Amino acid sequence: MSTRTTKSLEGKVVVVGSQGVGKTSVVIRYVGGMFSKAVSPTIGASFFTYKFNLGNYRVKLQVWDTAGQERFRSMAPMYYRKANAAMLVYDITSSDSFYDIKDWVKELKNNVDTPLVLCLVGNKCDLEESRAVSKDEAEEYASSINSLFYETSALKNMGVDEAFLQVAKQMVHLYETNPNSGLNTMDLYMKSESTHSDDNNTDIKLDAKTSPNNSTSGSGCGC
Amino acid sequence: MAEAKEADRLPDHVDHYESSDQGDFNENEAPGDSHEKILIASDSYEDLNYDDIAVSSFGKPYSGSIIDIVRHNSCSDEKEADASSLNLINESSAESSNEDQNEGQVKDLSADKVPEDVGEGMKLEIRENEDFGPEWRQKKKHLFIFSSAGKPIYSRHGSEDKLVTIMGVMQALVSFVQVSGDNMRCIIAGDHKFIFLNRDQIVLVGVSSAGDSSTQIVLQLSYVYNQIISVLTYTSLHKIFKQRRNYDLRRLLSGAEKFIDNLVNMMDTEPGFLLGAIRCLPLDAPVREMIEQTIVLNAKVKDLVFAVMLANNQLISLVRMKKYFLSAMDLHLIINLVNASESFKTAESWTPICLPKFDSSGFLQAHISYLDENSQTCLLLLSVDREAFFTLSECKNKIQERLLKYNSLRAISDSLATTSYSIQQCGITDLRHFLYKSKSIAQYTSPELEAPYLTPADQERLFGLYHYLHHRIHSPARPLKILYYVGEQETLLGWMTQGFELYTVFGPLVTKTNAIHAINKLLRWIKKEEDQLFILNSVTF
Ligand SMILES: Nc1nc2c(ncn2[C@@H]2O[C@H](COP(=O)(O)OP(=O)(O)OP(=O)(O)O)[C@@H](O)[C@H]2O)c(=O)[nH]1
Ligand SMILES: [Mg+2]
Repeated sequence: MSTRTTKSLEGKVVVVGSQGVGKTSVVIRYVGGMFSKAVSPTIGASFFTYKFNLGNYRVKLQVWDTAGQERFRSMAPMYYRKANAAMLVYDITSSDSFYDIKDWVKELKNNVDTPLVLCLVGNKCDLEESRAVSKDEAEEYASSINSLFYETSALKNMGVDEAFLQVAKQMVHLYETNPNSGLNTMDLYMKSESTHSDDNNTDIKLDAKTSPNNSTSGSGCGC
Repeated sequence: MAEAKEADRLPDHVDHYESSDQGDFNENEAPGDSHEKILIASDSYEDLNYDDIAVSSFGKPYSGSIIDIVRHNSCSDEKEADASSLNLINESSAESSNEDQNEGQVKDLSADKVPEDVGEGMKLEIRENEDFGPEWRQKKKHLFIFSSAGKPIYSRHGSEDKLVTIMGVMQALVSFVQVSGDNMRCIIAGDHKFIFLNRDQIVLVGVSSAGDSSTQIVLQLSYVYNQIISVLTYTSLHKIFKQRRNYDLRRLLSGAEKFIDNLVNMMDTEPGFLLGAIRCLPLDAPVREMIEQTIVLNAKVKDLVFAVMLANNQLISLVRMKKYFLSAMDLHLIINLVNASESFKTAESWTPICLPKFDSSGFLQAHISYLDENSQTCLLLLSVDREAFFTLSECKNKIQERLLKYNSLRAISDSLATTSYSIQQCGITDLRHFLYKSKSIAQYTSPELEAPYLTPADQERLFGLYHYLHHRIHSPARPLKILYYVGEQETLLGWMTQGFELYTVFGPLVTKTNAIHAINKLLRWIKKEEDQLFILNSVTF
């Protein structure tokens, strides 16, 4: 029986940005595939997971959707300290929310010493008529901080999947190139006949032996 | 002064019957009585006179519980280092030297020392202004919160910005009285009472024309004050104003106004706040036991202090760490948090919450999730460990799985579907509605609201009657054991013993004998149902 080794990669993503820029809406669009008008302000932080296959990796994203309200600001380190990626969300119709990103970046630079994938997200791009932050300016800023950049609309489902996908790809890249990436993996032994199922891990045999970071090369197959 | 006024304003044709008779029912058999400590009753209402609320019960931050738990569990230096990341906890331990405890406490002042001219004759000169239109004026209850520097913090109706003037006037009154070493408590102007609660650089003013008593309004204000503490902690509130007297607290409270809004609205309709008691979701005893055991078995993890399960503002179960207790007042704040936040329905949440009675100096971390698809049954796991999310999330999954397997979630939703119980089930003619509180367990029960209390206006009137009855029975000047009161549209009978408080509403034609007979029958019914209606066992991890 032919088997092939697949790695599972657990990536922690923290979503930050000012109150009401649409962080929760973006996450729900990505994870739940929908937009709810009735979404209410986040209290503390909400936790989401999302699993998908990416090349040879079975990726599990753990997403912390943080609250933008000022009183929760001091909680943020708890989430970003352990993160592998940060989505920096602003609202393209609010230049204040864009300036707030700069504070976030400063804070992240000062407090996080593990490598962190950054992704600048200009949300609500469906509201072109009231745009207050130009795409050029944001793009320029993104490259100055070595960050990915996407404009998204949770409402119109634009750019959201792309943004998360690129973040995941960068995390894989980070894992492969940086031994101290802090990313968790474990080996999965997958029967070749049962692969190619896209979003459904029921048919994956999981050898529950966790091996942090350095893959245990040469270990025998699970069947 | 206020109390006397109220008695004078009794609705017409009142037949008063006051007595210390206790009827047939044996006091020692209070239904729902338990020797186990389940919930700590809030300070008994009798003790909640103004000075106590204003000075003692909230003045001293209980700095202890959280630190104790963290310390107790820290076996080595390694854990100590961990605790240092809990910066608020550490700050509080630094401050727990009594240094600031007396600061901000108002000077004691007994009622008769209130300067005459500040009372009755006082007329507030507020500029006529379209912001205070007739609609605003007609609101029966207002709530204003401002800092001692006069900065607006919150207003129940109308935006604070537009009410800067009125809050300025109030602040001027407060400081004027304070200069002479006194403390502003109350202004009565016609039907309106203005009640002041001056706490730690913030002033809360309740204005009511709804007929509630001064003490009842103070109680409401203290709930609101506790709500603010719950969001910020006493320690940081104190610190903020110590550093900057002029601080605009709205910045930090931004987004939390809705908790205050929700709280004051709930206090207008939920008797539990007035009674200082919690309502339990009626469940068969084995079902509740099953749920409790499931929690105990699957959430026995380090640093978890309380596990609370709620549905529709009612308590399903409470499991606590040995030695630590939850007070009814804190549980009311938890219920308010869940009731006011839609966002917990979207995903598992992790949020700090301060429980002022438990420990006003620091935050607990709450893992909050709904267990069923319809987002009815909410589980809260409160821990002192900020890193416990994933552990608790696992506990939650196991609890959920088992409750599903044993159909407990089904039992909960069935109980919710029938809301509560009908007064008919008690089988007592002429009894329209009642509130029964078992004091030892700080829990209450009451039937559904039925005709003739179906419209909001009628429900408000009923609630007003309960406030009246409650106030008379607890009157500081003349507390009563039994009050029989014949009103225009109904007859009320209130009875207070060591073990319980009972407030009943009858049709207008009931006779005194029949009413007393009826409440004896009612008490027997409650006794029979007590396992369903109350949580009588204290469950610990
Ligand atoms: N037009 C438009 N509105 C959006 C979009 N995304 C979110 N919104 C709206 O923006 C408001 C705030 O959205 P949330 O997702 O709650 O924002 P948030 O950043 O999570 O807010 P906090 O949790 O308070 O920090 C809501 O009214 C959403 O409906 C979008 O892409 N386009
Ligand atoms: Mg949000």
